[in-house]
Order: sequence, then structure tokens, then C-alpha cells
Amino acid sequence: MSRRKTIDARGAFCPGPLMELIATLKLVEIGDDIEILSTDKGTVTDTPEWVAKVGHEMVDTIDHGDHWSVIVRKAK
Amino acid sequence: MSKKILIVGGGLSGTIIANGLCRQLGKQIRSGDISITMLGTSDQHLYQPGLLYVPFGKIREAELFRDQRKVLDRRVPYHIDPASNIDVEAKKVTTESGKTYEYDYLVLATGSRIMPQNIPGMVEGAHWFYDLDGARKMRDALDAFEGGKIVVNVNAPHKCPVAPVEITFMLHDYLTEKGLIDKTEITYTYPIGRLHALEPVAEWAKPAMDGAGIKYETFFNTKEVDPVAKTITSEEGETLPYDLLVTIPPHNGAEVITASGLGDGGWVPTHREKLLRDGSEDVFVCGDTTNIPISKAGSTAHFEADTIIDNLVSLITEGRWARYYDGKVFCFVETGMKTGTYVWFNYTTPPKPGPPSQMIHWFKLAYNRLYWLSARGLL
Repeated sequence: MSRRKTIDARGAFCPGPLMELIATLKLVEIGDDIEILSTDKGTVTDTPEWVAKVGHEMVDTIDHGDHWSVIVRKAK
Repeated sequence: MSKKILIVGGGLSGTIIANGLCRQLGKQIRSGDISITMLGTSDQHLYQPGLLYVPFGKIREAELFRDQRKVLDRRVPYHIDPASNIDVEAKKVTTESGKTYEYDYLVLATGSRIMPQNIPGMVEGAHWFYDLDGARKMRDALDAFEGGKIVVNVNAPHKCPVAPVEITFMLHDYLTEKGLIDKTEITYTYPIGRLHALEPVAEWAKPAMDGAGIKYETFFNTKEVDPVAKTITSEEGETLPYDLLVTIPPHNGAEVITASGLGDGGWVPTHREKLLRDGSEDVFVCGDTTNIPISKAGSTAHFEADTIIDNLVSLITEGRWARYYDGKVFCFVETGMKTGTYVWFNYTTPPKPGPPSQMIHWFKLAYNRLYWLSARGLL
């Protein structure tokens, strides 16, 4: 059964939301979802670009007004 | 009744906390109301940032080490007996020798470790400087290097986030001084879509690398290294040939954290301001051990340790919290062999590094020795 792990990277300047996502993907199972909370708008564009390059799956991007949720499923 | 504080980990943050508590709780320690005990893995305390200079012969190895018992306040019993199980429900820690330590307050400061073995071929094909043995081997490889392709490869997660750009520019200056730069091609790879996690550092590094003739590949997460063909391949599908591969390996936290069920990858879920383990009121987490999404760096450990000291003292003596950790991080950045800059930020203040200067480089060199005052809790 797939799980969802949430990482609160709001206000995280270093290593930043995408680096947190990459590190966390190494710790979860194929089929699991990772939700990154980010105040960096760049996450909304950087993450789909990287996910497409590497072959994972974008699940959703949600605009909460003061931050975004970017949800990625580990596919490989 | 006497309160027992147990610190697991004898690195920078554990040592600062132990020494800081002794300075503030001397009366209670003398009366027997408080006891502080530390469990560690080595009789030597290593100044980890100094490893950066070892491959270039720019630091004496003796400067990297001190006897941990001399760095630590003598009122703290220090046992070289690594923790093998941490039971936060029963409030006790078991060690490899079979001893059991009970506590009222626990500090987890078990740090992080490099995991080159997590990537196929990396151990056989790459050099690194994140431990002394690796730094010595990299020094020997540089001594024998006569030109060719160097790949500086960065993997996530890693501690000391500015070290990758530092080693790249230092390599450039070192090879220039040796007269080899015209016969060398340096390529820097980074996991995300810019040259550094910190946007201002990335914005500075790009023209600096362009000016120095350093190539770069972004969105490069290492899949495997072929030590025979001398190639490195990314999850994104790029393959680069190399003559010398310098890697910043991926890291994990301590094995005892995972084995005790306290956190995937050895990272303990931690409240970002209180620095308490999620679900605990008596377990503080410090330095690389936390899962807080900020830099795994000595300065982070130092500022967190100062916060934990104040809160532990306040909780014990007054039953209230003293202050919250604001996410402060401060890092020197060596921008070559003769210049440096620095960057600081916290949860609400973005980083804004100044222009590199020789003065800041000298201050960094001075801090390499001042570190021991930090560890003793004096700076």
C-alpha cells in the first residue's frame, strides 16, 4: 500500500525543497508519494522539470496562497 | 531527585551542549542534582571542515584532531561505547558493550556519515575528502595527476553544502599553480537545476565558473560509476568520462537511529524551533541528526546547540522554555586558494553573500583554529 510522506520545506533556503525531495525519494518505496510544502515559487516549475527528466510521476501541485504543495510519486 | 542528562554523540553539537550545560549548571552538578554523561565512538575529536584542505596539503593533520576528553568538561563522564539501541519509551539507551543508561533528558547528536557504497561503483571509482582516509587518497591522486578530465560530482543529501563549490575552485587554483590547468577540464555536477542550493551562491558561482573555464551539468543525480571505463552516469541519462572523479557522496544519519526506529535514513523527525524529537518532551535532537530541512553544517549544529543549552537549563531550573531556534546558519565559503566570502540566513532572512575577499579567507583560516574554542563552549 502506498504511503504519503510530507516534508515541510517552507522557508528552507538550503538545501531547499527540490534537494529535500531528491534525498527523501531515496528513502521511500516505489509507488509512495512525497508532498513538499514550499514557499519558493521555483519549486512549482523546477520539480516537474526534474521529475520528467528522471522518470518519476507528478501527482499534483496545489496553491495554498502563502505556499505550495507539490506532490510526486516515486516511479522507479 | 537527581536529574540525568544523557548525550549520545561526541561530535561538535554534543560537545558544545555538554560543555555549555556544565558552565550554566555548575552548582547543580556539584550538589549532585544534575549529572551529564556522554556516549561517543572515538577518543579523538575531529575538526571536519579542515578535511577540505588535506588534498592540497594546506593543513597539518595534527591540527584536525584533539583528545575528546580534553575538549570535554571534566565533569562529564565520557564513555567510548557507542549506543546500539535507543528506547525513548523506556527512557534508556543500551550500548555495544551491553551497558544500559537511563535518562531524564536525552540529547541525540549522532551526526551523519558518507555512504559512497549506496551508488554502484562509487567506492572503487571515486575520490572524496569527507573523511581522513579519503582525503589522503585524494591528495595522493592529485599528486599523481598530470592533466585530463576531472569531474566534481555532488550527491544528495550531503553535509557542508558549500564544500562542493569550495573544492571546485580550490582545485582550479591548485592546478593553475601546478601549471596543469591548460591540460585539465573540470566539470562540476549538481543534483538540482542550478549550481548551488542557495540561489545567491548559484548566481555567483555561474559566472565565476564560466570565467575559470569550469564546465557544469545540472540535474545530475548519480546512478552509477564505472571504475573500469572511467565514466559516471546520472539518473537523468547523462554519462561523463573522467580521469579523476571527486565526489561528495550521499549521506545517511547514524545506524543506531534507524535500528532504533527513530527515523528513516538515520534522520530524526524534529520540531524546527524547539529541536525536540516529534512525539517526545524529553528528547532533544541536534546537528546533522535532525530531519529539519536546513543545511547540515557545523554552524547549524552550533546555533542549535546554544538553543538547546538555554532551553535545557531553563526547563530544569525554572520549568519554562527560554527561546526557540530561528534556523540560523552561517558558512564561510572559500572561493579559491586566496579568497573567501561568507553567507548567513535563517528561517525568515534569505542569504546574501558579499563579494569574495582575501580578508575573509584569512578569517576562515583563523577560524580553523578558533573552532576548538567553539567546541569548548567558549566562542
